[in-house]
Amino acid sequence: VTTTIDAPTSAVQPSAKKPRRTEGTGRLAAGLLSPTFIVLALVVVYPIISAIRESLFTKNAGLDANGFIVDGEQFVGAKNYTAIFSGDAATRFWTAFYNTTFFTVIAVTLETGLGLAMALVMHRAFRGRGLVRASVLVPWAVPTAVSAIMWRWIFQADGIANTVLRHQILWTTEGFQAKVAVIIADTWKTAPFIGLLVLAGLQIIPQEIYEAARVDGARAWRQFRLITLPLVRPALLVAVLFRLLDTLRMFDLPYIMIGVHKTSVETLTMLAQDEATNVRYGPAAAYSVILFLYVTLAAFAFVKLLGADVIGAARSERKAVKARRLRLRREAKTA
Amino acid sequence: MTAIAPPVAVAGRVRTAPPRKSGGWKAWLPYLGIAAIVIYCVAPFYWMAVSAFRRPNDQFEKTFLPTHFSTENFSAVFRPDVGFGRALLNSVVVAGTTTILTLIVGTFAAYALARLEFRFKNLVLAVIIATSMFPGISLIVPLLKLFTQIHWINTYQSMIVPSLSFALPLAVWNLTVFFRQMPFELEQAALIDGCTPGQAFRKVIMPLAAPGLFTTAILTFIASWNEFIIALTMVNKKEMQTANVAISKFTGAHGFDQPFGTQMAAGVIVTIPLVIAVLIFQRRIIAGLTAGGVK
Repeated sequence: VTTTIDAPTSAVQPSAKKPRRTEGTGRLAAGLLSPTFIVLALVVVYPIISAIRESLFTKNAGLDANGFIVDGEQFVGAKNYTAIFSGDAATRFWTAFYNTTFFTVIAVTLETGLGLAMALVMHRAFRGRGLVRASVLVPWAVPTAVSAIMWRWIFQADGIANTVLRHQILWTTEGFQAKVAVIIADTWKTAPFIGLLVLAGLQIIPQEIYEAARVDGARAWRQFRLITLPLVRPALLVAVLFRLLDTLRMFDLPYIMIGVHKTSVETLTMLAQDEATNVRYGPAAAYSVILFLYVTLAAFAFVKLLGADVIGAARSERKAVKARRLRLRREAKTA
Repeated sequence: MTAIAPPVAVAGRVRTAPPRKSGGWKAWLPYLGIAAIVIYCVAPFYWMAVSAFRRPNDQFEKTFLPTHFSTENFSAVFRPDVGFGRALLNSVVVAGTTTILTLIVGTFAAYALARLEFRFKNLVLAVIIATSMFPGISLIVPLLKLFTQIHWINTYQSMIVPSLSFALPLAVWNLTVFFRQMPFELEQAALIDGCTPGQAFRKVIMPLAAPGLFTTAILTFIASWNEFIIALTMVNKKEMQTANVAISKFTGAHGFDQPFGTQMAAGVIVTIPLVIAVLIFQRRIIAGLTAGGVK
């Protein structure tokens, strides 16, 4: 464990020899980083800008004599956006927006709770660690597309889920049960993943903190609330942030498990993808820009409200551990 | 994230808190929890595997083991008209190329981020991580239009290029963490011996970073192997479909309305290599996952 805690310290070392190598290394760093930035500019930055531009245009209606799409587009300003918020399109959009939000809130909450519970169990396990570690990786390794057909099979009308539950629920048909099915499938795949990340956070909490707490008479629940939870918070927050952003763009599960054009599970990504494959790039781009803004806002709000520090997670956690250790030691002395 | 923790250290750690002897049933609670987790994780996958080995005629059986063990579903998957072999090959090409390109480009960036001192370093890292958080669809819509114009639809590059958008940030982040773990004395020694920073990287760091590169390669490969929406959108010809897309579009090789047996068999085929890789390299993968924190 010492290595864990030392790793960030060693990262500070080079600053000692900084003055000697600044100009040279600056150029070298720029050279080494430029391929990555060129690739990211081409596959991320350019498409995003292009999507924003695209959302302000519409293609000239109609096909030519050979049945090919007529080239050329027309600037329509915000028309693609206003079209989304009026008439039938509005209903479809708000349903998709609601579904996306519903999936995200419910699934991420469930996954976090379950993942935390799993991490605590794995942390307390003295034997069977290898087994549990291997099995926890299974849901993560199963491709989402495969897990979707797997759950569709499980949720068949005469499938194993209904046999176990002794109920006849038509899981994969339109309705609230379809949402439940998607959430179950998503939770199965990702809760163990959160568990792994949180477990890593748990393992760097020094044991002596718990010993000190025990000496002071803190019971298990108090220990969990006052030591475990605050100290795994950075690890947990980063895991939840990534899950949050991932669930907001959910596509594979509802698309394969339930199908296209199903109002009870259609997400914003499905909506945009549907428009795009039907060559309506303008509306598709408008949907994807809205989703992009939604994801950005959600990430921003999450970081602002809960203070998730993605890059500095390691550093801040270390600091928290150190501060807590100091405080406990001080308290132990005064007591 | 935090657990830059070398997995060995975690595994070899001796716990100081022993289970209380007097606990009675309480002592069994952790084992109960472990059993619950294992069942939770493995049971649905087990059901898929068992269903794949049933005869198409008793596909809807609910027995724990197939009453008549059969590999008929598997041979159905590989019938020439299904074209699943080609789909697997496509997946290997797309995921393999994405992994190789990502590693080549990402290694340079990660080395700079982990070992060199320059201004805006944290900003650069933040920007790279942020790009992985964008919703894929906002990239796919304009790229689909672009690829249609330059006749890239139904090509490997139309799937590989967009895949870089999520694979590259993942790889850079992972590799950065790995490079950071290596002692700086190594390079200092190399520099004192007269190496340039570039030589120090090539001759000293790279050979030692091989395990980290390998882990990153596995993680990147799995991420691109599991990709679905890009492959679905950029390709409409059956011969160019990846395995994931092919499975989702299976039409009955056996003439049922839903070819579940065939789908389960295909699902097992697609997943088994990953599960085996995961079991063999679990320590490395967990170290990589918890270090990356991304996917």
